[in-house]
Amino acid sequence: MNKQNQFHIVKRGAMPWYFGWLVRGIAIVLALLVSAAVTTILTGEDPLQVYATIFHGAFGTKRKAWMLGQNMAILLCVSLAVTPAFKMRFWNIGGEGQVLMGGLATAACMICLGDKLPNAVLILIMVIASIAAGAVWGVIPAIFKAKWNTNETLFTLMMNYVATQLVAFFVIVWEVPKGAGKIGIINQTTEAGWLPVIGGQKYLLNILVVAILTVAMHIYLKYSKHGYELTVVGESERTASYVGIKVEKVIIRTMLLSGAICGIAGLLLVGGTDHTVTTTIAGGRGFTAVMVSWLAKFDPLVMIFTSFLLVFLDRGAGEISTVFGLNHSFADILTGIILFFIIGSEFFINYKLSFHKAGKEEKHV
Amino acid sequence: MFDLVSFIPRAVVQSIPLLLGSTGETLTEKSGNLNLGIPGVMYVGGICGVIGAFLYEQSVASAEEMNAFLAIGIPMLACLLGSLVMGLIYCLLTVTLRANQNVTGLALTTFGVGFGNFFGGSLIKLTGSDVPSIALSATSSFFSRALPFADDLGWFGQIFLSYGFLAYLAIAIALVTAYVLKHTRVGLHLRAVGESPATADAAGINVGRYKYVSTCIGSMIAGLGGLYYVMDYACGVWSNDAFGDRGWLAIALVIFTIWRPNVGIFASMLFGGLYILYLYIPAGMNLSVKELYKMLPYIVTIVVLVITSMRNKRENQPPAHLGLSYFREER
Amino acid sequence: MENKVARVKMRNITKRFGPVLANDRVWLDIYQGEILALLGENGSGKTTLMNMLSGIYFPDEGQIFIDDKEVLIRSPKDAFDLKIGMIHQHFKLVDVLTAAENIVLGLHDGKRLDLEKVKTRVREICDAYGFDVDPDEKIYNMSVSQKQTVEIVKVLYRGADILILDEPTAVLTPQETDKLFAVLRNMRNDGKAIVIITHKLHEVEDLSDRVAVLRQGQFIGDMPTRESSAQEMTNMMVGHPVTLNIERPEPVDPKPRVEVKNLTVRSEEGVLKLDDVSFTINSGEILGIAGISGCGQKELLEAIAGLQPTESGSVIYINDNGTKEELIGKDPQAIADKGVALSFVPEDRLGMGLVANMDLTDNMMLRSFRRGRSFFTDRKTPKKLAEDVVKELEVKTPSVNTPVRRLSGGNVQKILVGREIASAPTVLLTAYAVRGLDIHSSYTIYDLINKQKQSGVAVVYVGEDLDVLLELADRILVLCDGKVSGIVDGRGAKKREVGLLMTRVGGKDE
Repeated sequence: MNKQNQFHIVKRGAMPWYFGWLVRGIAIVLALLVSAAVTTILTGEDPLQVYATIFHGAFGTKRKAWMLGQNMAILLCVSLAVTPAFKMRFWNIGGEGQVLMGGLATAACMICLGDKLPNAVLILIMVIASIAAGAVWGVIPAIFKAKWNTNETLFTLMMNYVATQLVAFFVIVWEVPKGAGKIGIINQTTEAGWLPVIGGQKYLLNILVVAILTVAMHIYLKYSKHGYELTVVGESERTASYVGIKVEKVIIRTMLLSGAICGIAGLLLVGGTDHTVTTTIAGGRGFTAVMVSWLAKFDPLVMIFTSFLLVFLDRGAGEISTVFGLNHSFADILTGIILFFIIGSEFFINYKLSFHKAGKEEKHV
Repeated sequence: MFDLVSFIPRAVVQSIPLLLGSTGETLTEKSGNLNLGIPGVMYVGGICGVIGAFLYEQSVASAEEMNAFLAIGIPMLACLLGSLVMGLIYCLLTVTLRANQNVTGLALTTFGVGFGNFFGGSLIKLTGSDVPSIALSATSSFFSRALPFADDLGWFGQIFLSYGFLAYLAIAIALVTAYVLKHTRVGLHLRAVGESPATADAAGINVGRYKYVSTCIGSMIAGLGGLYYVMDYACGVWSNDAFGDRGWLAIALVIFTIWRPNVGIFASMLFGGLYILYLYIPAGMNLSVKELYKMLPYIVTIVVLVITSMRNKRENQPPAHLGLSYFREER
Repeated sequence: MENKVARVKMRNITKRFGPVLANDRVWLDIYQGEILALLGENGSGKTTLMNMLSGIYFPDEGQIFIDDKEVLIRSPKDAFDLKIGMIHQHFKLVDVLTAAENIVLGLHDGKRLDLEKVKTRVREICDAYGFDVDPDEKIYNMSVSQKQTVEIVKVLYRGADILILDEPTAVLTPQETDKLFAVLRNMRNDGKAIVIITHKLHEVEDLSDRVAVLRQGQFIGDMPTRESSAQEMTNMMVGHPVTLNIERPEPVDPKPRVEVKNLTVRSEEGVLKLDDVSFTINSGEILGIAGISGCGQKELLEAIAGLQPTESGSVIYINDNGTKEELIGKDPQAIADKGVALSFVPEDRLGMGLVANMDLTDNMMLRSFRRGRSFFTDRKTPKKLAEDVVKELEVKTPSVNTPVRRLSGGNVQKILVGREIASAPTVLLTAYAVRGLDIHSSYTIYDLINKQKQSGVAVVYVGEDLDVLLELADRILVLCDGKVSGIVDGRGAKKREVGLLMTRVGGKDE
């Protein structure tokens, strides 16, 4: 008889709903242990202190907590934007560019119309312009995908760089002062086009807008006819056309929406907080959003948690790098490690290992 | 007057990281793995080379004592090891654990770029050295040494002989990869794995092993692109984010060349040319317009994407199972 | 037959897929120089059992002996090394490679790849058995029967002497089947051990020396073919006595419902798929469509349903009051908007008719979700419909919230047909409605179709089993290479005659 253990992989049957979250929870805990170990090796600090530093970085002061809220709001906004596209299996990794275009449009309105219109009208125009710009940037790859099935992953990616260069172009056109290579704070004195500050908190407006968007997106995906259509298209284009759903229309409509929400993220960044535009305002969120959305299984409500997790880590690891004089990219390394663990844990949710029992005694049927 | 003799060598130098990246990615994609982590892999390849070279330079008293063999061998080995680990992480997640390839790739890129920038920014502090910045000019001089006679042969020498050995290695790798894919048993099996893993499996090909090996070798080739960039192109100076988007362009090149590394040699030179064209447009022009010229490689990629998707020929399609994981007992 | 040599002995083989017990302690012997027919209903575990012999699956429990030595077959490569070769129902060929490249795939002889040598050897095998294969032809340019030939050559090239064929005749014409059987008998006489998986009884009687029956994953028994009968085999397969007759009620007041005129369709690659096809579909009647696989049935149904772009021709729908609607150029939504109640049960149930990852309720919603002006969907009505279908058609499912991919093939088809019938169609198009279903489910479907016919619906039934078509359909339209080869009366037609029409327009011998 063969002595070695024979095992192979089999798919799990239906599991209770909490099983998946249990596995993911374990993965996150393991990842945090590994992260602490890596940090300890690099800094020599004891692991508990590492966690304390991370926590301090995220919540330590009122300002830090608000920053966490702001970063989370923007990341969640971009994640909400890409989610309908992903649910449709349209790999929009062009969130970066769509946010940039929204921001650029906002800045353009602020610069060109800043002192010519009443503030309320200006803000209205900014809103429309940013949404339109994001939507246009999103819909261009969608049109080609719908008509010729052009690979959207690379198309949206390339659109990011085109957007970046476009912003770089305008940064030089609008630079203040000439030769500075940057725009600086727009309308510093008049504050024209600055989104209103509510409750004395600079970031509160952004957080509220995104909270409303989250609920709206949840309802849109779960209960609306549009949401149902895009899910069917994502699952099977053939089924969609079989029941008379116009696949091209749905792809284009969904990417208009996706781009538009990215545009709003650009608006919030430029009009609400930064009051300037640079090539890096999106800060890689277009890519991080892919992870936020996927980790949450495209559920907007769960995305509140996943976006919190990633921002929390980013801020916490940022604190570690500041305290220990390390490079800020340390946050990316920790994020990467956590992602690897969560991605890997999906396997244990869907599959299990099964050991082969060799029949020792021969039984007759 | 457009100065071709200075333009072509610069375009070629630009093209080598792209060529290595796209050759590596082509090999990977032929196995059905769409590795969007290539940009991260190239960062890791570059920084591991830097770490290796840095430690070696620190360990010898002066540049004169450096041994050419070690000066090249140590960074190269470090680079290959680093990119191999990246390839292994990708395979572990997507092949063994059957995770989503797009998400894994993006996470790998986040990790790799962060890894590169982190060590680029913190290496000096971590090793407690007393140098102001990482400038490995001594190591770089070994990497960028041109072929003999390059200076004596005028324009011919400049265009054909003026590059470091990695450039010639890149072209050789591309040619060998193209040959292996097209004419050997291993290449045939690899293509079958990428087209239809179930078929390959039923034919007795070890699908998992082919995916692992091709993805890891692909990663190592791509990692060399990062090494070339920092050691030869950037003269041994690491600056964060300087490598930029070359990794993504390398992935775009794969589609541009319709999965043929030999075509990649010329395509990457074309891209390299487009990448630096803005430096050659007539002086005196508005600075801002140069930013628009920098869009060219991306716009060309988009145009090529659209054209290939419109032509829609059977032979020009990506491997049929690209981006999907394989589970033998799927029902 | 006295001193038979058992090449393969399978003992106590058990295999589970999640909660499903696919094979339950199966015993099976395969002898040299014999053709064994492995018989059983769909879902009885025949393919699973053979997949464990060819290394695709690995048994949870049990032992396999080859030539009286216990072996572990962990991969297809292990199977090759034991000279076991399997020809799968879904061909395992790489489309973009040539025949020769596919044949040599996976082989290691330690030498450099020499395709010229491979081709020579392929030609030798072809000559020995009378195959017709061009080694340089790409697979995607081949017909189904050519692909099957490549599969057989592939197995022979590897020197296999234990051959397993999984439903090899499902895609072949009667004539091609005869040719294949001749080859198989040749191989048997060469001393090879052959297993053919099938559920077609007449093929078993025609070809095999011995028959083994599986039912619900269990081994029921085996016997020499000539000592058994079709009735006995069926009873063993089903587990209780069954009558093998399909009802055929008289047509109900047949009137033209759909007129197809000069319909021509080209595929995206420019291949002519339908060539000047004209016929009429009557209400209260079942129109059967016969033809070898890929001769235009799919395109025909999809063109009528508004899913297939056409080159020329027309499809006219005739209302009860005599007014006419042109369907060509309209998509399914536009057709429905015109008040044409057209239902379509497509061949690809989980890829087209249903969404595998959605639950029963959401799948019911596919047809009805647009109703009403609200921006939001109504889930109550489809849920009610799902519950009704589950009850009336005896669908086995944990609940209406279960994703349909978790259901068995028969239950999936009941959901699909149930939904399509629920919209009270006047035209019902069905493609391979009973493919992969067990006998009980098949008869449920025949019943449903007959009920639709009796209530005046114009039914189109595309089928692959000629015996069923001849028993069920009122008229049979035979397609050959995208042309109408003939239209025969279902009540009087002979199988041979239809078979000839399938291979040659007009059905004349050369």
